[in-house]
Amino acid sequence: MKALWEMFFTFARIGGLTFGGGYAMLPMLQREVVEKHHWATEEELADYYAIGQCTPGVIAVNTATFIGYRQEGIIGGIFATLGVISPSLVIITVIAACLTNFAELKVVQYAFEGIRVCVCVLIFNAVQKLWKKSVIDQPTTAIFLLVFLVSAGLSVGQSFYPDLFSVSPIVYVVIAGVAGVVLHGGNGKKETER
Amino acid sequence: MILIRLFFEFFKAGLFAVGGGLATLPFLQEISQKTGWFTQNDLMDLIAISESTPGAIGVNAATYAGYHTYGLVGGVVATLGLICPSVIVIILVSKVLDRFKESDLVQHIFYGLRPASTGLIAAAGFSVVLATLVHVTELPGNLAGAFNWFGIVLAVILYWAIKKFNKHPVLYILASALVGIGAGYLHMFG
Repeated sequence: MKALWEMFFTFARIGGLTFGGGYAMLPMLQREVVEKHHWATEEELADYYAIGQCTPGVIAVNTATFIGYRQEGIIGGIFATLGVISPSLVIITVIAACLTNFAELKVVQYAFEGIRVCVCVLIFNAVQKLWKKSVIDQPTTAIFLLVFLVSAGLSVGQSFYPDLFSVSPIVYVVIAGVAGVVLHGGNGKKETER
Repeated sequence: MILIRLFFEFFKAGLFAVGGGLATLPFLQEISQKTGWFTQNDLMDLIAISESTPGAIGVNAATYAGYHTYGLVGGVVATLGLICPSVIVIILVSKVLDRFKESDLVQHIFYGLRPASTGLIAAAGFSVVLATLVHVTELPGNLAGAFNWFGIVLAVILYWAIKKFNKHPVLYILASALVGIGAGYLHMFG
């Protein structure tokens, strides 16, 4: 029971301190789940994110369910998930109930000018950590660069041409999975033993 | 009964919105058009509030829309509807993964998946950076006005501080919020 509540409160902390959704949660997860509680390694976190991106639902919820389930079974998954959503439930309900023009408050807007900059830096830092674990040789560098350039290129393109098509994350993930099998499966056992 | 419909509409959004973040938005638009539970304007407020409060945007949106429709209970029911598919699907995937984790095939797949996942996160981060620090539409013409210089300086300082002190991320967020408030009242944003 103690482990379950620890799960709940850790994920409540993560949910309550993440501004900006999905990707902004990564630095919190690295800190709490990998470094503090050792519930997952950096590589596993990258795996959960990849799976979270190509399974339906909110990435934060998917990742919480994954880690909770891994540690404590189905109940663990449920506790972690309820933990990660409970701050949102409370905060949004309070705001919806008493503060309709919350986002128009000057002080909130100013605070977010600063917070957004911080979220950029935190994500950059989180990507650096993931990079070290996932981009380990030439094929993985190629996969990273292709996905990054196409995906970032399309989103920059969309700010000039709003009608430009976009590619679902599922497509990248599926192609990369196949590429992994072709590139890594083909060239023998020696790398799998690392 | 409205609560059951609320649950299932958000269940559907949770089941079909893949990719996180604002992926739930098109579904919310559809719900708004179909049911009239909340208006397009409510939806705009909802996005602004979701992005300026902690937590996953999809969850925030469901809570807000549910609250608008049916009060406190509505908020809880909509949120539970949204997360149910995630919990079910992830537990199934996790079971399958456990069984095959050691297989060579799964190892090969993850060998390709990991850099792709990192690439997607880097690209999402890149567009956040662009949106925050650069006014892209000004770019070819107005070079000086195209950058948020205050933000860039703050970002460099934050990066240095994170590398040097390695404290909990929330400390940097709090500090940045305070700097933002101070700078805002001093009119320092470019």
